[in-house]
Amino acid sequence: MENIIYKNAIDLNADFISGKHTAVEITQAFLDQIEKENKTINAFVRTNDKALKVAAQQDADKLAGKDLGPLAGVPIGIKEMFCTEGLETTACSNLLKGFVPPYSATVVKKLETAGAIIIGKCNQDEFAMGSSNENSCYGDVKNPWNIEHVPGGSSGGSAAAVVAGMSPITMGTDTGGSIRQPAHFCGVVGVKPTYGRVSRYGIIAFASSLDQAGPFSKTVKESALVCEVISGQDPMDGTTSSLPVPEWSKNISADLKGMKVGLPKEYFSDAIEADVKEAVDKSIEWVKAAGAEIVEVSLPNTHLSIPVYYLVATSEASSNLSRYDGVRYGQRSDFEANPPKDLADFYSRNRGEGFGEEVKRRIMLGTYALSSGYFDAYYKKACQVRRVLKNDFEEAFKKCDVLLSPVATTPAFKINEKTSDPLAMYLNDIYTTSTNLAGLPGMSVPCGMTKSGLPIGLQLTASHFEEQKMFNVAQAVEDAADQVKRWPNG
Amino acid sequence: MIDVNKVAELARLKITEKEGQDYSNQLSAILKHFEMLEAVDTKDIEPMVTPSEIELSFREDNATEWSNAETALDQAPEKAGRLFKVPPVV
Repeated sequence: MENIIYKNAIDLNADFISGKHTAVEITQAFLDQIEKENKTINAFVRTNDKALKVAAQQDADKLAGKDLGPLAGVPIGIKEMFCTEGLETTACSNLLKGFVPPYSATVVKKLETAGAIIIGKCNQDEFAMGSSNENSCYGDVKNPWNIEHVPGGSSGGSAAAVVAGMSPITMGTDTGGSIRQPAHFCGVVGVKPTYGRVSRYGIIAFASSLDQAGPFSKTVKESALVCEVISGQDPMDGTTSSLPVPEWSKNISADLKGMKVGLPKEYFSDAIEADVKEAVDKSIEWVKAAGAEIVEVSLPNTHLSIPVYYLVATSEASSNLSRYDGVRYGQRSDFEANPPKDLADFYSRNRGEGFGEEVKRRIMLGTYALSSGYFDAYYKKACQVRRVLKNDFEEAFKKCDVLLSPVATTPAFKINEKTSDPLAMYLNDIYTTSTNLAGLPGMSVPCGMTKSGLPIGLQLTASHFEEQKMFNVAQAVEDAADQVKRWPNG
Repeated sequence: MIDVNKVAELARLKITEKEGQDYSNQLSAILKHFEMLEAVDTKDIEPMVTPSEIELSFREDNATEWSNAETALDQAPEKAGRLFKVPPVV
């Protein structure tokens, strides 16, 4: 049998519909690959023991002539941030170990309705806090291209799973780059839709004004299709938009005539490593060859994005994570020998023992920024500068349709390279965080390789609800980057 | 200088002495970096708390089907009958 695990989701769906492969065959092939590779890569924290049953049901439905969705027969890995009914969901935190949600996130339900088969849950940084997937209670994820390197974060497991052939598509969440940066580090497509496109209901909240769910895949078209499936207004999330969801995957066009692509000059600093710069420069030529006009634009306050992002995100996180008290669910400390002094002591010990180091650091930072006497200087100030950053984007989008830039200054760094210095880790997010602060759609598309064999992604950002333009530019890059190596093993 | 013990108390986080020392150093370095925000003139700028100009939609406040009390209690670290149980805290 030809190798199922290297096929993309659209082809797998076609193979299932045509009868070339059964859903069970497809699902089993990916489960076998997880069995084989996960010991090394650690991209999955658990597989779904109902996956083959769901696949068998789809095979039966097909024989019975029932309507099948656009993702029928296609396995999908889901980041641990998404609640999955009956399937343990922990946000990769000791605090939530053993938690089995009584309901599924809207995104998960929509994927299941479209026929996707949940194959398992993907590793991540605890509560999506991290840029390297080194903050998980299940251990580090390894980059499939070179296991001495990180896969990026926080959706590191989801990105690594796709390029390791463990799942053709996966879901992640992006609060400050957590889809785009691991997509860049692992050499896959990763998309963060416009804030409000996709329901956040049932996704464990990190920073509610920044969080957005999106897919990872090998190709642009697959990600566009998954975005179509998961987007749309949800009565359970009042911030979702009522705008119609376009058929992005059908409408993709790599002909960029008439389109203006902007290069934000502050994103092309001397800090960018030579291999990354070379790959991005080459992409600019490809985009030009596809018919686009290249213009220079300015985002003059880019240097402020890290302070603003980390103040806003941690403030919201300190509030969102206050729900974890060890009363109704989750980790509870052992109070047998040493009973709690009072209610605050009870909460503090449950939380202090349940949360990991980085999560506690961020809760502390956010609590400080919101505390009496510091609120105006930190949280309010950050929200004001957030508007300044958003206004800069609006000015830039008067001159262009899509912004093109690196995702980060470097390719995947080494495991443990930045763990001792949290600020250095935060600064890695310089080009991704402002997209979330402004609520814009953004994505990473593979565009090259370093001389040492690590992938390089290109970041594309569009204005609100203009995902199509971004997909079109990405398609042109994907077509031109045909010679870019797609799999670590072949 | 950030008073980490006070902040940990506000955040309801029990931290060890070693953690307190590390967090104190790290958070001070982080906040020092963030001082660059002070230089931005934000007079008359309305704070932005949500990113897009979405008109919030409200659903009808109707009762809907949900699982039963047992499902809600299923995940409790400790329970007594149909109640969540905690150790004596007063």
